[in-house]
Amino acid sequence: MKKGKVWKYGDDVNTDIIFPGKYTYSILEPEEMAKHALEDLDPGFAQKVKPGDVIVAGTNFGCGSSREQAATCLKYAGVQAVIAKSFARIFFRNAINQGLPVIQSKEAADRLSQGEEVEIGFIQGEIKTGEEILTFSPPPREVLRIFEAGGLIPYIKKKLQNKTRIQRRCH
Amino acid sequence: MGKTFAEKILTDKAEKEACAGEIVIASPDFILSHDNSAAIIMEFGKLGLKKVKCPQKIVIILDHVVPAASEKYAMNHKIIREFVAEQKIDYFYDIPYGICHQVFAEEGFALPGKLILGADSHTPTSGAFGAFSAGIGRSEVASLWATDEIWLKVPETIRMEIEGKLSLGVYAKDVILKIIGEEGAERANYKALEFAGETVRNFSLASRMVLSNMGAEMGAKSAYCEADQRTFDWLKGGAKADFTAVFSDPDARYEAILKYDVSSLEPQVACPHTVDNVKIISEVECTPFNQAVIGTCTNGRLEDLEIAAKILKGRKVHPKIRALIIPSSRKVYLQAIERGVLKIFSESGCVILNPGCGPCLGAHQGVLAPGEVALSTANRNFRGRMGSRDAEIYLASPATVAASALEGNIADPRKFL
Repeated sequence: MKKGKVWKYGDDVNTDIIFPGKYTYSILEPEEMAKHALEDLDPGFAQKVKPGDVIVAGTNFGCGSSREQAATCLKYAGVQAVIAKSFARIFFRNAINQGLPVIQSKEAADRLSQGEEVEIGFIQGEIKTGEEILTFSPPPREVLRIFEAGGLIPYIKKKLQNKTRIQRRCH
Repeated sequence: MGKTFAEKILTDKAEKEACAGEIVIASPDFILSHDNSAAIIMEFGKLGLKKVKCPQKIVIILDHVVPAASEKYAMNHKIIREFVAEQKIDYFYDIPYGICHQVFAEEGFALPGKLILGADSHTPTSGAFGAFSAGIGRSEVASLWATDEIWLKVPETIRMEIEGKLSLGVYAKDVILKIIGEEGAERANYKALEFAGETVRNFSLASRMVLSNMGAEMGAKSAYCEADQRTFDWLKGGAKADFTAVFSDPDARYEAILKYDVSSLEPQVACPHTVDNVKIISEVECTPFNQAVIGTCTNGRLEDLEIAAKILKGRKVHPKIRALIIPSSRKVYLQAIERGVLKIFSESGCVILNPGCGPCLGAHQGVLAPGEVALSTANRNFRGRMGSRDAEIYLASPATVAASALEGNIADPRKFL
């Protein structure tokens, strides 16, 4: 369980305001990416965010582009999890594949407020605030395996080492 | 109980019965990527493999920043060229070809009944040809190159039945903007769309591609149009593989069946900063702007350019407007030359750019300064997308953009037709 402060935003936080398209092919270094996180939504965010902080948003978080940096820039900025009422499909996959916890919870998104301190147990399915414990469905086993491996690429690497799992045959 | 198109395709590709809600492990027919292939190559490198598993499934088309606008972009392109040579990837399309979704279709990869996955959110465009075509992330493409398989959730399907004949000056773009405005940007999140009805059947493949392309702006995983004689004629002689068209069963279970009558539809405009902030042309007429953009994977095809040229012919772009024309592919560019369309654009004062994504994602070729406004035929108008976060983007059909470029303010195209 890790503690952090809540950064609260609204609905339809799209990939362009999370990580602008003009940087997608020119900024590749993690520290540089972190500096531009949420640049067009909240220009002060990248300077002030602390490791362990949590983003809380409304519906359709991460809509727009398939750019994976929308997830990685948040991870590199130290964000421990994103809680939203709903996530856009590709962002959701990208976040899992990058080992960034994404929690879909309307209740938590409604209840948590800007600056509030929370503690998140992703595997346990718990969000602790000063007053209460909010619960959510913990991630399914397949997803958890990707998290535990540290993301999709390390997960696949591990799988590939176990040659019996994947036959090297082109369908 | 019958199956939807999405359920049938994923049953076929996963080689197991698949119903909406289930997770399957599937193997795609083609895997698309563009300039982001450089980042994918980096991820693939971490897997420690010497060779991609199925080079003949990999299609790489450079389009986002072509030609390279800086040393970094140039380096990305170089990495990709070296990788495709080393891996013997035959389906590589370097900078002359155009926008990946357009070239993908022109080169015969967008085929009925195929499962296509691509590292671009507008991958659903190929659904116009009766394919199941979905966007995924970079790490996923890297792992597909390595393993040729991926987990996919079988989506529920929303069927959109569109009926009625469009009136003059109203196009597929207006239809889909109207639908997105009504249904909202999240309506089809995690879901498959199926476009059906008389209007869609009467649409050219280019117009169907507008619907499928913009399906992504409703969050759709895939956006399918039934393959028909028009599709087969379009593909004649050019398909990269054998194919069999797949259709939903009449008794398939849908999440919803939505019906639209578009016979009295008027031109539509999506206003800043979300695609579902849609208004009728009369509500935004006379809005001043600085840059007109006609092109992109949504509306840069020959029929789009021809409509715009018809309006611009013998007239001059308003002196305060910068009008950019970006044919979506080299093939479209050549056809536009042959038909005299590019001459009309040049004479009217437009800037004709090379086929590619142009300024749509804010990387080059006409980015906006703070306080500037663009009117574009693209699919996305998010804050900061075309440059400054203090710029604004309106979205409309090529006809509306052309008419507005003449007037210097957002204008109704019908008075020029």
